[in-house]
Amino acid sequence: MRYESPTTTSEAATLLAGESGEAFVLAGGTDLLVRMKNMMVEPELVVDVKRIPTMRSIEITDDGGFRIGAAVPGVEVGEHEALGRAWPGIVEAAGLIGSDQIQGRCTIVGNVCNASPAADTTPALIAADAQVEIIGPKGQRTIPVAKVATGPGQTSLTKGELVEAILLPPRPANSGDAYLRFTPRTEMDIAVVGAAVSLTLKDGVVSKARVALGAVAPTAIEVEPAAAAIVGSKLDDGALDALVKACRAACKPIDDRRGTIEYRTEVAGVLAKRAALIAFERAGGIQ
Amino acid sequence: MKHDNSYTGQDFKVIGTRVKRPDGIDKVTGRARYGADASLPGQLVGRILRSPHAHARIKSIDISKAEALQGVKAVVTADDMPVPQGLPGDLAHMLENSMARGRALYDGHAVAAVAAIDAKTARKALQLIEVDYEPLPHVTDVDAAMQPDAPVIHDWIYTSGVDPKPEKPSNVVQRTEFGLGDIDAGFAEADVVVERSYKTEATHQGYIEPHACLANIRPDGSGELWVTTQGPFVYRNVCAQMLGMDIAKLKVTSSEIGGGFGGKTHVWGEPVALALSRKANRPVKLVMTRDEVFRASGPTSSTSMDIKLGATRDGKLVAARAEMRYGNGAFPGIWGMLSCMTSFACYEIANCKAIGYDVVLNRPKVAAYRAPSAPMAAFGVESAMDELAAAISMDPVEFRLKNASREGGQSHYGPVWGPIGIRATLEAVRDHPHMKAPLGPNQGRGMACGFWFNIGGQTCSDLNVGIDGTVTLTVGTVDVGGSRASLGLIAAEELGIAYEQVSVNIGDTGSLGHNDMTEGSRGTFSSGMAAIFAARNTIEVLRERAAKMWGIPVEDVTWEAGQAVAKGSAHGNLKPLTLKDIAAKSPKTGGPIAGHNEVVADGAGVSFASHICDIEVDPETGATKVLRYTVVQDAGKAIHPDYVEGQFQGGAAQGIGWALNEEYIYGKDGRLQNPGFLDYRMPVCSDLPFIDTKILEIPNPGHPYGVRGVGETSIVPPLAAIGNALSNAVGVRMHHVPMSPPRILKALREAEREAC
Ligand SMILES: Cc1cc2nc3c(=O)[nH]c(=O)nc-3n(C[C@H](O)[C@H](O)[C@H](O)COP(=O)(O)OP(=O)(O)OC[C@H]3O[C@@H](n4cnc5c(N)ncnc54)[C@H](O)[C@@H]3O)c2cc1C
Repeated sequence: MRYESPTTTSEAATLLAGESGEAFVLAGGTDLLVRMKNMMVEPELVVDVKRIPTMRSIEITDDGGFRIGAAVPGVEVGEHEALGRAWPGIVEAAGLIGSDQIQGRCTIVGNVCNASPAADTTPALIAADAQVEIIGPKGQRTIPVAKVATGPGQTSLTKGELVEAILLPPRPANSGDAYLRFTPRTEMDIAVVGAAVSLTLKDGVVSKARVALGAVAPTAIEVEPAAAAIVGSKLDDGALDALVKACRAACKPIDDRRGTIEYRTEVAGVLAKRAALIAFERAGGIQ
Repeated sequence: MKHDNSYTGQDFKVIGTRVKRPDGIDKVTGRARYGADASLPGQLVGRILRSPHAHARIKSIDISKAEALQGVKAVVTADDMPVPQGLPGDLAHMLENSMARGRALYDGHAVAAVAAIDAKTARKALQLIEVDYEPLPHVTDVDAAMQPDAPVIHDWIYTSGVDPKPEKPSNVVQRTEFGLGDIDAGFAEADVVVERSYKTEATHQGYIEPHACLANIRPDGSGELWVTTQGPFVYRNVCAQMLGMDIAKLKVTSSEIGGGFGGKTHVWGEPVALALSRKANRPVKLVMTRDEVFRASGPTSSTSMDIKLGATRDGKLVAARAEMRYGNGAFPGIWGMLSCMTSFACYEIANCKAIGYDVVLNRPKVAAYRAPSAPMAAFGVESAMDELAAAISMDPVEFRLKNASREGGQSHYGPVWGPIGIRATLEAVRDHPHMKAPLGPNQGRGMACGFWFNIGGQTCSDLNVGIDGTVTLTVGTVDVGGSRASLGLIAAEELGIAYEQVSVNIGDTGSLGHNDMTEGSRGTFSSGMAAIFAARNTIEVLRERAAKMWGIPVEDVTWEAGQAVAKGSAHGNLKPLTLKDIAAKSPKTGGPIAGHNEVVADGAGVSFASHICDIEVDPETGATKVLRYTVVQDAGKAIHPDYVEGQFQGGAAQGIGWALNEEYIYGKDGRLQNPGFLDYRMPVCSDLPFIDTKILEIPNPGHPYGVRGVGETSIVPPLAAIGNALSNAVGVRMHHVPMSPPRILKALREAEREAC
């Protein structure tokens, strides 16, 4: 196995494109190294992106949004005050990953590119309408986070492509987001269900909303009918009931050692409701 | 010299103090050497190939390609591990468990192994071994395995303990029965009867350190084994017999141990490592992966039980019946029998019958896990006790107190009780401030009791005095939970010296006579007893040497507070001789000063506990949070209170994990679905509250200091304590452990539907 640590994204893309065997990007390695140790993958080439300066920072973009470099570890996401104020739901999702030790290494982009249906940041990013900036042999492209994972462990990235950064849109006033997951343990566990809600209020009423669920389908999903159910409301019981129903209707989970279909479907609704209430409160809403 | 093990009720100087444990520094600085931390020149890496099938005939194994791979030094199968003549049946099972013989009996059963120059080569070699399997029907559920149409795993198992003797083989190894009186008459007397069925899933001991060893068989047939184990002497005897070696030709050294909880009382990969080393003529290191630990080293039984209890309106328990079906994994065990013996021990029930079935399954061979078999039986009995108390509108603690076993009473499994602690633990629970603390919405409090026998057994200790007057105590019981500190205190107490003057060493099999394992909560009890007697023997020698130094009769020398004192007016002006003084002169007064003792440590005292817990349930997700937990247990005498408390807390933590989330999950294909800590959900620190403890000391008459074993009882009550708390919190009674969020939510929804 070859290990490379280039200092520019284009070099990284060239290395990945040039390898005929299995090649992987290494960010924090908290997924990749585990898979390598368990012999689930035996790469010919590993390209470490932590030495690429443009991937190491969180920037506020010209339009007032955020650009989170692909190699920024969880702990730096958690310490960024402006990001925490604008997108508390994304920051709390990133903060749920692993333990202190894992936080020192894991990245949001690694979480998204690992393409686990249960990845914690993905639903929060989808609810935020986040985009990913991709570089590859054919240059740059930008796609929504929801388009990265195509199935468990599968992504739409083509050979030689890697993600440079996550882009978050500017945040209007009176906005809030939240992410909740259910795990039987308090930590060091994998989401049985995850739910994220991002919303904006106008005159105290929800004017825009996005709802996303994790671990209830082969990829994290956006649930438009659930968002539609709360737009125009102050999250009264009727709106929340409709949100819960829409979320449950959107679930296509599996029965496995981590949870049953019945359980995941029911809890998806519960968490979406609770996340909506938190996001609403963060946006300054009063019921 | 013959010593008396009776309790003497003396005042202690250092016993009961909280001194530092000698192994602490090495453990926190990473210097402690565990099973995987030994190396020998030229050592090879051993790896085991395991069956992916729950049950399959092994038609053939072709190892030729693996053997031909460069860097491979040995490949072994069952052919390289023949059954020695006269090997006892249980050891033959262990041997077949460590290497499949014609059939793979569970997912994870070893079928072949390799030793190679490095891990990569070993892994490659495993891939080159061609096994031709013919899958056979399998059964992993204990109730299904007892059905007449179940696939019969072994054609040689004919249920024992039933009349008439069965004519056909089945999966039921034995039926056992214990009890008293006439249960029909008892139930006829009862005003209220509670009858329920329960199920518990298998759990793993979950020790952090996987099984690991370094085996070295020399060309002359002698050998050594460095291994993480709870009992090097037993491992030696077992491995030597399995491999057809003379016992004295195999030296076993125990490493530091990263948890065992019963799982390291049994050999798994060790015989394979020895066989690989023998064939390769090189040392072989074998370290199991976590996946292998889960799939192929002993979990507990999975169980299914029917419990029936009857009481009169005034709170007298008049009849009890338990039928308990315990899975044994692929080979026969005695787990159902143990469940019978523990089930009703807490209570005086004139008419009771406990029936146990031991059942083989296509699962890994069950091994002991902390008070083996007792927690499941207690889950059934203590849950039903709570329901019965409610049915007669009696406080659950009062109900238990009213029926608690008492000194002089006849236990249901044989012995007449000596002084026991069940009543005292219940009174302490009743009076504990925890019982009166306020509870919020969706919160509930539960309590339950537990019992464990504790054992004594064969023990052998050596005490040696250095020429500077410091003391080395060598024992043969592995220190799993701080016993070196406790034994150091005991030696210091006997000799009348400071704890810091004593070093405690765990001997290898070449340095002491046979010692039984650190199991059955016997470590401090039995090695402590042998340490007391070895110290007393040493004192005899010290008195003789002092007498010699003084030139007076030994009868005139006593040992007081760490020094020899000349008694009698004739010697009035002789200055006492300290241990140091006598030791310094020892080369000239007769050579090394030592005391030895070998003993069958009889008189193990049973141990009872009562636990209280508060929990909160999220009614929308079924998640349970343990808010507060209190353990009250009888220790007899707490030699080192920190490690007694540690045992109480550790057992409770494991019981809480078992109660709430831990379980072996098998797929329809008979494969284990969750062989790792991600999906086998042991609690992490933040899942547990601080576990409060209260040590009671009701001296065990069978030990000079009154010691009882304390290591196991604390895992017995938590399953039921949490089930009882749950029922008080949200009104649903759980009959299936673990009480995981999906099961709780389902029960809540069913209760709602019934209420409509
Ligand atoms: C103990 C432990 C606990 C965990 N707990 C959680 C948890 O609670 N929630 C959760 O969601 N996850 C959890 N994880 C999984 C993991 O930590 C996260 O998915 C993490 O975000 C992965 O980030 P990373 O930087 O370590 O990824 P890596 O392991 O470096 O990479 C993951 C995958 O993404 C690819 N990749 C990485 N960066 C890029 C890039 N820039 N472009 C293209 N592909 C890329 C890699 O090639 C690899 O396939 C846990 C893992 C461990 C070991």
